[in-house]
Amino acid sequence: MNIVVCVKQVPDTSDPDTEVHIDGTGRGVDQSKFSFVINDADNYAVEEAILLKEKHGGEVTVVNIGGEAANQVIRMALAKGGDGAVRLDDESFVYSDVVATARLLKSAIKDLGCDLVLTGCMASDDGYGAVGIALAQMLEVPHAAYVKTVEVVDDKKLKVGRELEGGLLEMNEIEMPCLLAIQTGGNEPRYASFKGIREASKKEIKVMDLAATGLSADEVGESGSVAVMTQYSVPEVGDLAEMIEGDPAETSAKLANILKEKGLV
Amino acid sequence: MSFQLTEEQKMVRLMARDFAGKELEPMAAQRDKEEIFPMDVVKKMGELGLLGMMVPDEYGGAGAGAVSYCLALQEIAYACASTAVTMSVANLSTEPLLRFGDETQKTRYLLKLAQGELLGCFALTEPGAGSDPGSLSMSAEDKRDHYLINGTKVFITHGQYADVVNLIARTGPEKGSRGLSTFIVEKGTPGFSVGSREDKLGLRASNTVELLFSDCKVPKENLVGKPGAGFKIAMIALDSGRIGIASQALGITRACLDESIRYAKGRKQFGKAISSFEAIQWMIADMATGIEAANWLILSAAWRKDQGLPFTKEASMAKLFTSELANKSAYLALQIHGGYGYLKDFKVERLYRDARATTIYEGTSEIQRLVIARNLLKEHA
Repeated sequence: MNIVVCVKQVPDTSDPDTEVHIDGTGRGVDQSKFSFVINDADNYAVEEAILLKEKHGGEVTVVNIGGEAANQVIRMALAKGGDGAVRLDDESFVYSDVVATARLLKSAIKDLGCDLVLTGCMASDDGYGAVGIALAQMLEVPHAAYVKTVEVVDDKKLKVGRELEGGLLEMNEIEMPCLLAIQTGGNEPRYASFKGIREASKKEIKVMDLAATGLSADEVGESGSVAVMTQYSVPEVGDLAEMIEGDPAETSAKLANILKEKGLV
Repeated sequence: MSFQLTEEQKMVRLMARDFAGKELEPMAAQRDKEEIFPMDVVKKMGELGLLGMMVPDEYGGAGAGAVSYCLALQEIAYACASTAVTMSVANLSTEPLLRFGDETQKTRYLLKLAQGELLGCFALTEPGAGSDPGSLSMSAEDKRDHYLINGTKVFITHGQYADVVNLIARTGPEKGSRGLSTFIVEKGTPGFSVGSREDKLGLRASNTVELLFSDCKVPKENLVGKPGAGFKIAMIALDSGRIGIASQALGITRACLDESIRYAKGRKQFGKAISSFEAIQWMIADMATGIEAANWLILSAAWRKDQGLPFTKEASMAKLFTSELANKSAYLALQIHGGYGYLKDFKVERLYRDARATTIYEGTSEIQRLVIARNLLKEHA
């Protein structure tokens, strides 16, 4: 079973020192102080791809859109068991929306002849949760989103469990080739092994620029997008929100009083 | 001259950071408080190859080299200094077998140590022999088909949990450092038992015990290297151990700096964040400058080891400088935190206690200076 897994590099928001500041353009955030990691859901997608490969054979190809810095997350996915990688990198790709992003991913995936495409169900930075679905439409394959369990029925069919509200698991059968947008928590992402790291550090990452994608400039980036992001803004503090200030001792005491007053504890 | 890490080294650091952030950091404070040795995490580290990082592929190790080892150990120490000393000693325990073991010993023990199936410890120090290991008195009498071992070892890191012990004992009548030999002793060997567990100031999630040997019969084939080579083997193992402890101290120092910056930016006095005061900025600048210097001292010693160059002096320099830096930085970090830093609720309180051991074990700062000076004077002889 040949699998493609799409990975995105995102700011590490688990780091308590991460501060988000809008940059001078108003259309981006200052990334200079971020450390970057693989998107959480994509990490589970990578693990799912490797588990399937270990059980059923085949190859796993890692696909990413990003600059050279994204090699870090690509190589880590290779170290965990990925076989090859493609990175889509061109200045013209900046400001691609869901549709343009899916179009770019399709250009890298369409000739790989894969049976299964895995993505994370949502990126932790922009939170669209739509690239996987748009990509499935463009590849003209069925899809399932928020997938937590994947079982191979036969060489044509998968049984997938989608996680709904309250943890309810909805079981579906889906024909391959297909696309699954993977939810977090369905497996336990492994750590890269030393052997994997050594091999991955030598593997080639194929880079595709605009010309290599076969797309035209008006199909990518802002001009290829249906939705154009115009401005970031910081939410204003509303009347109903009370910002508690002071030392940890003061803030915790104030918070405890509020919780008591409202009868919440 | 190149100041670049290789792709592989960067990935090892990232993997260790990922592991430390997920498996160690969340429970580090609680383990310290309750003196819990995290056997489950240590097991996982073994399976990943983190406990046999310098053992080559053919003996089941990671074959990652000393530079990668230092980077990984730093990340572990940043999250939990206790687990870092466990990692350091486990890696050190592979050195005698790797460098001096015969093929049978390597197959029997090294392979399993490198793959995390066995946990190794290193037993040199005795109640009367600390900085002067040449004065140790544990005896290993040659009884033709075995050695009969009697005596006590102290301050043995994870001695209670180790499956095999690298033991240095006296086999010959010669005085001082001559007449010592190294043995591999398996847990469960009759006559070998674990004594009292030490109640320490810091590194409380690492295990430190006495090992007792009373008419303990160790088979002849468990002698590592030649009889009388024990001191040399121990010193070579300690050279590697020292870059490990330097890396641990650097991890602690980096944690001190990050905790200080975070606190100083959040803490307001006189109407502004204390990070805006020059007095605080100077402390932060001193820590950061020290970290930069220590980093290159450690990497240079580790690089020399990977290149097969002598690195005894450099390892001692790295250990001396970084362990002293860790203590100064922990002092400054606690000072920046003021009264809160004195409370167990804040990480710096633990860092302050954990840093303290680094200028003492695996050679005190005074011994490091002695090693550095002797090597220098020899070079200029």
